Amino acid sequence: MTRSPTNVDVDPGALADATRSDAALRRFLGGLPGVDQVGAEARAAALSTRSIKTTAKAFAIDLAISMIDLTTLQGNDTPGKVRTLCAKARRPDAHDPSVPSTAAVCVYNDLVGLAKAELGDSGVKVAAVTTAFPSGRASMAVKIADTRDAVRQGADEIDMVIDRGAFLSGRYLEVFEEIAAIKELCHEDGADAHLKVILETGELATYDNVRRASWLAMMAGADFIKTSTGKIAPAATLPVTLVMLEACRDWREATGAIIGMKPAGGISTTKDAMKYLVLVNETVGTDWLTPDLFRFGASSLLNDLLLQRQKMASGRYSGPDYVTVD
Amino acid sequence: MASRLEVRKTYKLYIGGAFPRSESARSYEVTDPKGRFLANAALASRKDARDSVVAARKAQPGWAKATAYNRGQVLYRVAEVMEGRRAQFVDEVVASEGLTSRRAEAAVEAAIDRWVWYAGWADKLAQVLGSTNPVAGPYYNFSVPEPTGVVAVVAPQESSLLGLVSVIAPVIVSGNACVALASEDRPLPAITMSEVLATSDVPGGVVNLLTGSVAEVAPWLASHMDVNAIDIAGVDDLGLRTSLEVAAADNLKRVRRPDTDDWTADPGLTRIRSFLETKTVWHPIGV
Amino acid sequence: MPTPFEYAPAPESRSVVDLASSYGLFIDGEFVDGTGGSLKSINPATEEVLAEVAEASTADVDRAVKAARRAYTRVWSKTSGKDRGKYLFRIARLIQERSRELAVLESLDNGKPIKESRDVDIPLVAAHFFYYAGWADKLEHAGFGPDPRPLGVAAQVIPWNFPMLMLAWKIAPALAAGNTVVLKPAETTPLTALFFADICRQADLPPGVVNIITGAGDTGRALVEHPGVDKVAFTGSTEVGKAIARAVAGTDKKVTLELGGKAANIVFDDAPIDQAVEGIVAGIFFNQGHVCCAGSRLLVQENIADELVARLKRRLSTLRLGDPLDKNTDIGAINSLEQLERIRHLAGVGDDEGAERWTADCDLPPKGYWFAPTVFTGVSQAHRIAREEIFGPVLSVLTFRTPSEAVEKANNSAYGLSAGIWTEKGSRILKVASQMRAGVVWANTFNRFDPTSPFGGYKESGYGREGGRHGLAAYLDVV
Repeated sequence: MTRSPTNVDVDPGALADATRSDAALRRFLGGLPGVDQVGAEARAAALSTRSIKTTAKAFAIDLAISMIDLTTLQGNDTPGKVRTLCAKARRPDAHDPSVPSTAAVCVYNDLVGLAKAELGDSGVKVAAVTTAFPSGRASMAVKIADTRDAVRQGADEIDMVIDRGAFLSGRYLEVFEEIAAIKELCHEDGADAHLKVILETGELATYDNVRRASWLAMMAGADFIKTSTGKIAPAATLPVTLVMLEACRDWREATGAIIGMKPAGGISTTKDAMKYLVLVNETVGTDWLTPDLFRFGASSLLNDLLLQRQKMASGRYSGPDYVTVD
Repeated sequence: MASRLEVRKTYKLYIGGAFPRSESARSYEVTDPKGRFLANAALASRKDARDSVVAARKAQPGWAKATAYNRGQVLYRVAEVMEGRRAQFVDEVVASEGLTSRRAEAAVEAAIDRWVWYAGWADKLAQVLGSTNPVAGPYYNFSVPEPTGVVAVVAPQESSLLGLVSVIAPVIVSGNACVALASEDRPLPAITMSEVLATSDVPGGVVNLLTGSVAEVAPWLASHMDVNAIDIAGVDDLGLRTSLEVAAADNLKRVRRPDTDDWTADPGLTRIRSFLETKTVWHPIGV
Repeated sequence: MPTPFEYAPAPESRSVVDLASSYGLFIDGEFVDGTGGSLKSINPATEEVLAEVAEASTADVDRAVKAARRAYTRVWSKTSGKDRGKYLFRIARLIQERSRELAVLESLDNGKPIKESRDVDIPLVAAHFFYYAGWADKLEHAGFGPDPRPLGVAAQVIPWNFPMLMLAWKIAPALAAGNTVVLKPAETTPLTALFFADICRQADLPPGVVNIITGAGDTGRALVEHPGVDKVAFTGSTEVGKAIARAVAGTDKKVTLELGGKAANIVFDDAPIDQAVEGIVAGIFFNQGHVCCAGSRLLVQENIADELVARLKRRLSTLRLGDPLDKNTDIGAINSLEQLERIRHLAGVGDDEGAERWTADCDLPPKGYWFAPTVFTGVSQAHRIAREEIFGPVLSVLTFRTPSEAVEKANNSAYGLSAGIWTEKGSRILKVASQMRAGVVWANTFNRFDPTSPFGGYKESGYGREGGRHGLAAYLDVV
């Protein structure tokens, strides 16, 4: 059976029909165009040879800083650690006020209130990971409680994980409904949290699955689709990001809606960040080159961006003693 | 006992599995090496050549698509049927080439054995001539031999049967179809060969056999734009050979030049290879 | 951050290339003055003269062939396969060591983007020498019998689209098999071949084993027709290929020809569509479409044609045309004014025949030869732009309804060099690939090359194969 060509160029009616049953959803997602692994990786590798220099690089470094969800998601996170993180997010370089703030800090939900208080009206958002992050292996009641708690504490953004077990066993409708339910919680009692849906692409294993999961998340109401928890290797990669950006692009074609994208985990150097920005620029275009629509989930990336920024300003190479450890 | 009046054989062309006379209704006198009349053979015209190319083109895809196992069996069947008409072939080779019957027998046996030899190659060519190629990247890459298509053959002039078999069998074993022009002065074994082909499961059109003038017919085959290759083994005249090669360049036919008169030698793979293309296929390796 | 993310120019430095103002002929191990006129090799991106090169006369050709014969008789035919291989390994290493210089020079002389000369051409050149180096002492294992012999002196004439790569395709197997060569690079792109001559000297290759003579068509003709050559290898147009086939008629010269193409790139409705778009781009816009195996005919299944073409146009709009030395350039300069005029002419024919022209919106530099990526839709099989090789960044889009129609249209060409197939269905790939009358079939990829992979055409795309074990046959006394 060949794919119905209308699936490539989806109309809204088809989207509504697709979520009527597990079978319909399976047919719809199965009908999305395949992704050839080698071709996708070759495209990502080709784009990573783009050379970004001088003014473009200066612009891109500040842009990348402003796109960071500065993250700490450790068992040993403490209020002290989170306070420092928030300070760094507000003012990444203590000596240079021209450095933009990061987009957000990203923490576990028990630290949301603290982070909110620390960040105040700085404009830096607080993102909370929920739904039994990182595994997602909990009952729906627990996931709801987890998310509701974060939203009530004032989280601006909810980074949920999908149930990869359900996805891999073909229970797409269950994944869809779970995302939709979490989405509702984001707007419960007048809240207005943005929903980022973590696909954990390292566990989905194939680009075909990544494309399907991306569509599934967008159909269920994701504001952002995000690669990884950072707890599973591989985390974000260029080709996975390419495939997800292509999904964002096609979604916009199909629905007119613009969905954000967040690679997370494993992006630690300025050079890496530049490659991702090139990927965004050439896949979905400049519309996405804003923290509203593209984020980096990272911790050590920020310091490398700052070192590069110092190098560009002074003309000499900087060193780790000239940026703060956290 | 009164001698019985012999029923003489009529020698015709072999085109598309049928035995027509020349459309030109011409014939020519075939004699033995001492000039004694043997028979009248059809004198093929350019239109017979044209019809043969059409028949070959029509038959070629089906023949190429047959399994190699099947083509091998068909070629072996040719040897079987030939074996049954061995005596007739010996007589004709004696008459045509002026050999002793002992040497004619050897030639006929070698011709039969040559079919057997080539029959065995049908399902081995791809293994011996093809390859998988270890390219530096995530691609599966393989090369396979494929028939070039329609091949025109000017059969050797001296060796009327063994020479003919030695140039036809390597063409068709891989799935080509051929239009062969028999030895001009010694065409009779070739006609009998076509009768064997017609009765041994070789699909009509895969081999087409013409008798007549090399100088008249070969240029039409060499210049024909729907012929993919030409074997000019039987072109002895250097001037004609050159003009055939020049004509063949019009559509870049693969040209097999004359390079041997010794048809008893181990043929090797070179004739098979002359009428093969190599196709290389790439595919990514991924999940 | 509303400012646009514009890439600043990132030009590769051309200071790595030390060009002389003029070059002679490389014969018998040294550069000598020619007795004919001279040619100017220009940078097609700027129209600046890069260097003057000699135009070898008939006498110069004779001198080169005699040098090659002498080297063959006295030295190379007596050099062991092991040592021939070691010379080739040396050459391969020298190419790697001088890779940046060669890449920059190739882009200067040819107009191709540095990212292609740097990442594709020159690495493949080195790989080709490495591959054939290893064959030199293993010829008896190559499947051509126990004692395959070299042919003698090989006359090699190569085109301007991949100057250094085509040189490697010719010289590496010829030397590995034990032949000596006289090679003529194209008149518009002679410079990397002359630098290669210097590499031969650095490798201490015996004089006369490789001779490089520059010139135009007359020089090439004199070389091919020289009675002292045993082998002619040509890559270029089908028209010249036919002339060569006529010129060698009645001789014992062995010939291999790698000629034009008009490849069909077939996209089925279940293709991995984003990779198919990339493959179409790689197929026709790689090297400005100056590729004999370019996927110049897009055959797309009718039910996805509009969508695919829309995606293709969107993608083409991101291509960056300009300075070939800029690392971010995707589309470089057209190699010569003559070629540019041919492309313009055939594109004009496309307009006249009623096909619909779409051109990527990009600024063309004021100097140099440029042609923006162009797509013709509404093309039918009868249109000249669907039949003739344009050899430029011009894609003709045709549609089909069924697999058999796709195959029929793909094969409906005098050419038969390459083909592309895009579908996620494995059995369909194998079926359609087997039905293609083409020497190279790329399935779910396009324009990939490798020294181990035989390359060459069916029908009027030529005969003989280059690359792989099969490529050795062209330079041995075997069929």
